[in-house]
Amino acid sequence: MNTANRIYLYNRYERFWHWSQALLVISMLITGFEVHGSFTLFGFEQAVNLHTLSAWTLLTLWAFTIFWQFTTGEWRQYIPTLKKVDAMVRYYAFGIFRHAPNPFQKTADKKHNPLQRLAYLALLSMLSPIIWGSGLLYLFYASWASLGVDGYLSLEAVALVHTAGAFLMLVFFIAHVYLTTTGHTPTAHIKTMITGWEEAD
Amino acid sequence: MAALALLQTVVADMRAPQFMMPSQFKFVLPLLAAIALLAASTAQAANAKLEQIIAPAPHSTADHSKFKELNREFKNGPEVTKACLTCHTEAAKQVQHTKHWTWESTDPKTGKVRGKKNIINNYCTSPVSNENDCMACHAGYGWKDDKFDFKAEQNVDCLICHDQTGTYRKLPGFAGHPVYKRVEFPHGSGKFVEAVNLKKVAQSIGMPTRSNCGSCHFFGAGGNGAKHGDLDSSLQHPGKYLDVHMDEKGLNFYCTTCHATSHHEVSGSRYDTAAAVKGPAHIRGKQDASPASCQSCHSNKPHHEAMLNQHTDKLACQTCHIPEYARNQIGTESSWDWSLATQMGPDGKPMAYKDSAGRRAFDSKKGKWEWDSYVMPEYRWYNGYSDYKVIGDKIDPSKTVHINEVGGSPNDPDSRIWPVKVHRGKQPYDKVNNYLTVQHTAGEDHTALWHNYDWQKAIAAGMKAAKLPYSGEFGFVDTAMTWPITHMVAPKGDALSCAQCHSKNGRLKDIEGVYMPARDSNRWLDLIGWTLVVLTLFGVLMHGVLRLYASKKKG
Repeated sequence: MNTANRIYLYNRYERFWHWSQALLVISMLITGFEVHGSFTLFGFEQAVNLHTLSAWTLLTLWAFTIFWQFTTGEWRQYIPTLKKVDAMVRYYAFGIFRHAPNPFQKTADKKHNPLQRLAYLALLSMLSPIIWGSGLLYLFYASWASLGVDGYLSLEAVALVHTAGAFLMLVFFIAHVYLTTTGHTPTAHIKTMITGWEEAD
Repeated sequence: MAALALLQTVVADMRAPQFMMPSQFKFVLPLLAAIALLAASTAQAANAKLEQIIAPAPHSTADHSKFKELNREFKNGPEVTKACLTCHTEAAKQVQHTKHWTWESTDPKTGKVRGKKNIINNYCTSPVSNENDCMACHAGYGWKDDKFDFKAEQNVDCLICHDQTGTYRKLPGFAGHPVYKRVEFPHGSGKFVEAVNLKKVAQSIGMPTRSNCGSCHFFGAGGNGAKHGDLDSSLQHPGKYLDVHMDEKGLNFYCTTCHATSHHEVSGSRYDTAAAVKGPAHIRGKQDASPASCQSCHSNKPHHEAMLNQHTDKLACQTCHIPEYARNQIGTESSWDWSLATQMGPDGKPMAYKDSAGRRAFDSKKGKWEWDSYVMPEYRWYNGYSDYKVIGDKIDPSKTVHINEVGGSPNDPDSRIWPVKVHRGKQPYDKVNNYLTVQHTAGEDHTALWHNYDWQKAIAAGMKAAKLPYSGEFGFVDTAMTWPITHMVAPKGDALSCAQCHSKNGRLKDIEGVYMPARDSNRWLDLIGWTLVVLTLFGVLMHGVLRLYASKKKG
């Protein structure tokens, strides 16, 4: 193997964070839609318990990860840019079918292509507050009166916002999983995410 | 016989938990026992049960068998009451202020006077003109018509609530008196009821037990379990499964443990229920109008899990903790159709038959009944207020007449979702004046429905007693009566599980005004959401197929 063509992209913590987050998101989607009444798998009570447990676990994971992002400077990976966005769109819309080269090459400094940056930033800054905000309100329904918010909120409104967030999360999840197959081989990105090593074309 | 009496006292003392045998008795006892056995070998068997029961209440400071006022023969109930009142000077006056005496209850909103005396219930309908029978469950003596003296203190019946012998019974037909002479009951049945021994009963006095309350409340509507559904004779000796608090081998609550009573005013009533008690459990000394509520001991946050506690702002405890009522073979009546009364058997004579579980199903006197056991309640928003129809209230015969309508709504902070029993039926009504009729049913006279099977005469007599005009035309109308369910609290393992309500066709599927995860969703949000998901899936699949196709072409 030509080591010159390999770069170490994702360190151990980053991979741990990614995969445990993946597991928790999948768990929350399944249990969440069961609580929503879409199907029966664990039973309502277990679904609620697993959903709540996953939520607290994920929040804990995020606490560590946010700390990690700032101490390592990795937060810069999410600074949005419009440079080459059009090129990426053209690549996914046309180039990819003609085996045109990917206009973006990953480096340790820039792990995400410009579209990815925008998508992740949107996820973090818009979808995430919707889901967590509504989710925590949902969870702390009993404390609404003592928080003084019971006059402004209804459980139905909170539940609908939370459900809308869940649908968007599911859409993101589908698109994200599909896009992992768009490396130089269908499994290349996934391998990178497991081993940390990116192999160049 | 004196020896027998002494033996009884000794035996009674031995049964008291604090019994310590005085040393001098150790020698006397066998001798006494031998004499007594010889003297009364035949009477002993009959008295054995009585001896067992009349042990003084273990925690009482008074043994009524030692009172000289009670050590005499009594001719009738009022004589006993007079003896009681020589010490308990205020007791009768106290009782006379209660619903047990007045059979009245004033509507706090409208001032309307309700109560058993004034409403027409969905079972035997009204006591008016039938007092002789119905007052078997009045805590008094002699209420046989509208001339009853509600001020006379000796008319208060102390014994029905305080008898500890279990021998004090009041039969229909005696206007609230027990039987003072041996009597055939029911009339013509060949079965006899013995005269009550008032001296024994008076000397047995104690605080009311489940049997005292149950002697009326278990048998409402003239049948075991018929009326309430959550009260029947199985609660005399209940197991844990039937009632976690009354469990005879466990907590062994009496009715009065929850229905805490002061100056003879028993707390807790379906006329004015504390339906949404908030706050912490009560401490001793706290003055409160609703000690009979679950929350008075358990608070409104009784669970370890916050998620369960947060349900208490919408649900009554009973909703989850009484998953079914009438949890036994006794069951409860679900409907009473009076329109079939007076229908005779094939031979033209009155007939009666029972259902497969031995419960009354039809009687030419009374019509047709349906029964049910292990009943899943219906559910209603309830704020503790019930609007009752009273005698003479107008009805709309084109609709089901609701004897009472439970108040409450989802937006009312004092309303909770409650389990209820709905008892349905058909009752006679005046077709011109549009009100339910009062009918003279019980009795041996020629206008009594159960004697002469003539609706016209029975209604005419009943309406006359109720002092209401009767047009002479009657029909039958659908009726319903709603009973909040609060007894037969199950052990926690039998409480409802989440999914029994949190599902599309769960128990609360008809309850409006509350968002329930898994039951409720917004149709549009779901439609848009799933469309988006399907489109995304379709999009990535198409993209993938095209990529595959492109790479094949290249390859």
